[in-house]
Amino acid sequence: MYIVEVKNLTKKFRSVTAVDGISFGLPQGKIIGLLGPNGAGKTTTIQMLLDLITPTSGSIRIFGKELHSHREEILNKVNFSSPYVSLPSNLKVWENLNVFANLYGVKNIKAKIAELSDLFGIEDFMQKMTSLLSTGQLTRLNLAKAFLNDPELLLLDEPTASLDPDIADRIRKMLKKVQQDKGVTILYTSHNMVEVEEICDQIIFINKGRIVDEGTPTELVKKYGHRDMNDVFLTIVREGEAKELVVDIKKHTNEVA
Amino acid sequence: MKWHRIKALLIRYMYLNKRSLPRLMDIFYWPVLDLLLWGFLSFYLEKLNMGNLNVVTLLLGAIIFWDLLSQSQRAVAVSFLEEVWEKNLLNLFVAPLRISEFLVSTILIGFFRVILVGLVMGSLGLLFYHFNIIGQFGFYLIIFLLNLLIFGWSLGLLIIGFILRFGTSAQIIAFGFMVLIQPFSAVFYPVSALPESLRYIAYILPSTYVFEGMRAVIASSAFPWSQLGLALLTNAIYLVLTCWFFYRMFARIKEKGTIMRLND
Ligand SMILES: Nc1ncnc2c1ncn2[C@@H]1O[C@H](COP(=O)(O)OP(=O)(O)O)[C@@H](O)[C@H]1O
Ligand SMILES: [Mg+2]
Repeated sequence: MYIVEVKNLTKKFRSVTAVDGISFGLPQGKIIGLLGPNGAGKTTTIQMLLDLITPTSGSIRIFGKELHSHREEILNKVNFSSPYVSLPSNLKVWENLNVFANLYGVKNIKAKIAELSDLFGIEDFMQKMTSLLSTGQLTRLNLAKAFLNDPELLLLDEPTASLDPDIADRIRKMLKKVQQDKGVTILYTSHNMVEVEEICDQIIFINKGRIVDEGTPTELVKKYGHRDMNDVFLTIVREGEAKELVVDIKKHTNEVA
Repeated sequence: MKWHRIKALLIRYMYLNKRSLPRLMDIFYWPVLDLLLWGFLSFYLEKLNMGNLNVVTLLLGAIIFWDLLSQSQRAVAVSFLEEVWEKNLLNLFVAPLRISEFLVSTILIGFFRVILVGLVMGSLGLLFYHFNIIGQFGFYLIIFLLNLLIFGWSLGLLIIGFILRFGTSAQIIAFGFMVLIQPFSAVFYPVSALPESLRYIAYILPSTYVFEGMRAVIASSAFPWSQLGLALLTNAIYLVLTCWFFYRMFARIKEKGTIMRLND
């Protein structure tokens, strides 16, 4: 059973085709990595899955229902977190959590906030202004917000970007544990191979808006015969560029001839 | 529409304002200063003894009404801008929040601001200048305020529609619009004081009918129902148009994928 089913999803911004006819399904309870270099179309894809960007064409079904026409029902069970999108800096940490708990209609707000602040280790700065938090603390706060509504689907856009390796590692362990405890399906974007290899059950590799490969981390490494995902990343990206180069040269020679 | 989502935005607004001096000043500072300025001016003018014109009532009534219109407009526009400045729109709309719920919350905030500022200006007017706004307008006050409130929403919606369309750099132009309509709204003088060609502009603004109505009540104590009808009619038209405009502009940022880029 797929939690998310995407078919021929395309988004064109004027001259740029950010996402170019991708199709995929996200199996329940798994962490799926959406992997690709900068500008590959990861953020655009995630924002389309949240109905924040209107697709040019293609379809998105979440929990078996068409996203746009069931937006409210679906988003009740979905959440999102990214270090690029923080909570308002001019509220205290607990105030932010309280506002978003109300927004999601959380039943027992106090208990929920207590549970999550414990889970993500943010109890100590609940009374602080959000603007005073460090990057690592902000990331944990954003994650706590993302779990307020007990999401069945969690979309994480580069969750560990701009964190030092130690904190990034701890965040990944936290996520893995939460996924196992709560059975939540997670779509996790990254351009960091090592982390994706560590945390993901499945990887979708995109480049220039297209899926170039997919599989489990071990499958991909096996297939490309490399030691780690970093090499796979380089091979696929450069292969793509090489193919384009060949096409360009062919075009060019045709024009000349 | 879900009350818990509207409540969440009201709580957010309360947290934001309760310890922010600049925000509280935005609500109280200007109205109080306006009241002082126009109060003293009208006292002075009255001493000049120009016929039997009730200068204090005319000018103080006018400035209080104008400030309340401005409060209603700012409540809508500024609550939206706060989310843009803090890049919080995405967090809000990742949640199942509806645009209509967002708008209702800003409208409620506008309502509270108008009541609050109305109370402050009303009491100060009474205290300093013996101007009793409730005694003066009685039941009609509610009808005037309702029209100012609704027109303020429309203006606020227009402004945030512009910001969605052109980004935050458009905010100066957007707020300038408020100042632009003031001369045509016949705030301090009747429409007849305007050159004939400009009166047409005055007559398409709901605010004009409120201020004309206010003067009619002061002059004869009779209520100008036709003015009220026209105020409601133009208000209804603008509210529908500006709501439509805002929804269009919101759909546009979803097309353009710029919900996170309004600050650029
Ligand atoms: N709102 C937008 N308007 C125009 N182009 C955009 C917009 N958002 C993204 N793009 C372009 O689409 C491509 C994919 O961007 P994005 O989805 O942000 O990639 P990623 O998240 O993988 O780095 C890039 O070329 C980017 O410049
Ligand atoms: Mg991105």
